[in-house]
Amino acid sequence: MPKTIIYEAMTEKLEILAPDGTVDEQLLPPLSQEEVLGLYRDMLTLRAFDDKALKLQRQGRMGTWASTLGQEAAQAGLAKNLTRADWLAPTFRESGLMLLFGVPAVNQYAYWKGDEAGSLFPEGVNCLPPSVPIASQLLHAVGIGMALQKKGSDGVAVGFGGDGSTSEGDFHEALNFAGVFGARTLLYVQNNQWAISVPFKRQTAAGSIAQKAHAYGIPGLQVDGNDPFAVYAGTKAALDHIRAGKGAYLVEALTYRMQSHTTADDHTRYRTPEETALWAEREPVRRTRLYLEKKEWWDEQKEAALQEELAAAVEGWVKELEARPAPKPEDMVAFMYQEMPWHLKEQYEFLKAEVKR
Amino acid sequence: MSAAKEQEETKKLTLVQAVQDALRTEMELDERVLVMGEDVGRDGGVFRATEGLLDQFGPERVMDTPLAESGIVGTALGLAVAGFRPVAEIQFMGFVYPAINQLFAHVARFRNRSRGRYPLPMVVRMPYGGGIHPPEHHSESYESLFLNTPGLKVVVPSTPTDAKGLLIQAIREEDPVIFLEPKRIYRAFREEVPSGAYTIPLGELRVAREGSDVTLIAWGAMSRVVLEASEFLVKDGVSAEVLDLRTLNPLDLDGILESVRKTGRAVVVHEAPRNTGFGAEIATLIHERLPLELEAPVARVTGFDCVFPFPMTEEHYLPTRDRVIAAVRKTLDF
Ligand SMILES: Cc1ncc(C[n+]2csc(CCOP(=O)(O)OP(=O)(O)O)c2C)c(N)n1
Ligand SMILES: [Mg+2]
Repeated sequence: MPKTIIYEAMTEKLEILAPDGTVDEQLLPPLSQEEVLGLYRDMLTLRAFDDKALKLQRQGRMGTWASTLGQEAAQAGLAKNLTRADWLAPTFRESGLMLLFGVPAVNQYAYWKGDEAGSLFPEGVNCLPPSVPIASQLLHAVGIGMALQKKGSDGVAVGFGGDGSTSEGDFHEALNFAGVFGARTLLYVQNNQWAISVPFKRQTAAGSIAQKAHAYGIPGLQVDGNDPFAVYAGTKAALDHIRAGKGAYLVEALTYRMQSHTTADDHTRYRTPEETALWAEREPVRRTRLYLEKKEWWDEQKEAALQEELAAAVEGWVKELEARPAPKPEDMVAFMYQEMPWHLKEQYEFLKAEVKR
Repeated sequence: MSAAKEQEETKKLTLVQAVQDALRTEMELDERVLVMGEDVGRDGGVFRATEGLLDQFGPERVMDTPLAESGIVGTALGLAVAGFRPVAEIQFMGFVYPAINQLFAHVARFRNRSRGRYPLPMVVRMPYGGGIHPPEHHSESYESLFLNTPGLKVVVPSTPTDAKGLLIQAIREEDPVIFLEPKRIYRAFREEVPSGAYTIPLGELRVAREGSDVTLIAWGAMSRVVLEASEFLVKDGVSAEVLDLRTLNPLDLDGILESVRKTGRAVVVHEAPRNTGFGAEIATLIHERLPLELEAPVARVTGFDCVFPFPMTEEHYLPTRDRVIAAVRKTLDF
């Protein structure tokens, strides 16, 4: 019997706004001037939020921080497509996206400063606390997507991961469950080229993450993650597909982690200045501004006014952070179960008494 | 310490440098020894425990792996079966869970289920414990998980000299060893460490301080806290004997009993949660073996039965010198 082809696959990459600020008019999503300016503003908001956290960390007023510098388009472009009916299962790298989704800055600053109460988000913001164990949260997003599908909800669950996360078994189990159960889930991988010191090519022998979707029977797409239009248009197409009840989707956003992995890391140990310089030219804010200026929608004056406004907003967040009451040591045992069993009651009383002494 | 007598040269090293020195020393002596894990190569490990090894031994022997703990431990097993001696690094104990299936379902059982055909000479290193104010999942101390899994040896050094000698011995063992490194004291102090290869046998505790009134039992970072308490107790006229267990499985039960027979009192200190922590096992062993020699019940100073707290309250979680002293007083006043 002759051999037959049982599968052939093709994976697309979407790029719209080039690093020099030129766009592919054919692919440009129909966004109004106001919406485009909104995206730019969102990206700068993320940058200000991130930059302040890094500064606070250096001053000893913040714990470890995982910077989103360079990943603003990958986060703001997706956030623009999300609604209050949607759910997020983020990692430690999604602080900017969470901010745009409605997780207050002060919650996130408090979390990273080292207060558990920071991850108690306001009612109506369907966002799980950020997950540190790599890839684990992707399965949560699939479970939520399965629930949304069963309930006939309009919402979509978005599970996040980095390039490194795609090596864990949980990543593959998430894609597989999402496919098998037709979960209302977007699996969104920000491929920022590095997992701490390990380059992308050490995570997989495949050329992309997006192409892995084929093996699980769901669609996959790669977008230029430093291009807010490509991220917006690509994730919109994926979300439309999911919202129409057609099942899960994998989107890979190609971006770059411009900072060290976290404030505890030193990226100069394993990256060349040539590489970081190359990506600095491709970063998202710069190209968006070039585009806006070409369109004559933006100028130095508007930029200065926005920067001033953001600086004030950031100062407000820091004030909120520093006005929070210190966490109580005894609370470490208070939230473990619905009711405290005898041994935790004993430990609660011990901690309370010890603090008083 | 075998062979140590022949050593003339020493180097002043921190605990984490001693780990690195042990790896290098043994890799130079034995070509079968491999190092693998996340960020162990180019970065030299997030704590620098494998610094310089990639340059010296190349990528065939020092492997930056994909980000997958089950993959790391599962392939280490295969490498061990096929003749290598892998030393796998799990970046933090809190990230070992994806590898638990491999560790518990296979690594711990391979010798037994192959009736000795496939022993596993492999080491799984991991920094453990609190005290460095990191984000979530970076402070766990779940040695009990491994101690409750028959088939794994469990080692926890607390000094640079012990770290090097114990790690070399762990690599030379014919059984899998979980090697727990107290990251809180990775760089707390330096010690003159013999330059060449030497080993410290597994299953021998170290008397860190001799005393006669009470036996303080600890391991890892808690050994330092207990030592500090013992120094403080001297001012009150209390002579505490401090035992640094070094190996939790096999346990030096004779060494523990010898000390408690002398003092009649014991306090076990660990930062792991109290409930079914290893302190419970040690206390039970002492009570079973020395029911008539004890002047007071064995006391425990431990972490709490909760998720390890975030940085702003973490210092309230960890056993402190004062909590150890209070437990000693209670034992003396019994
Ligand atoms: C299960 C697990 N293993 C190891 C770690 C330690 N760790 C934290 S972040 C990280 C790299 C993550 O890389 P990637 O998924 O690409 O995300 P990025 O940090 O680049 O956003 C590692 C190894 C962890 N948090 N969880
Ligand atoms: Mg990455």
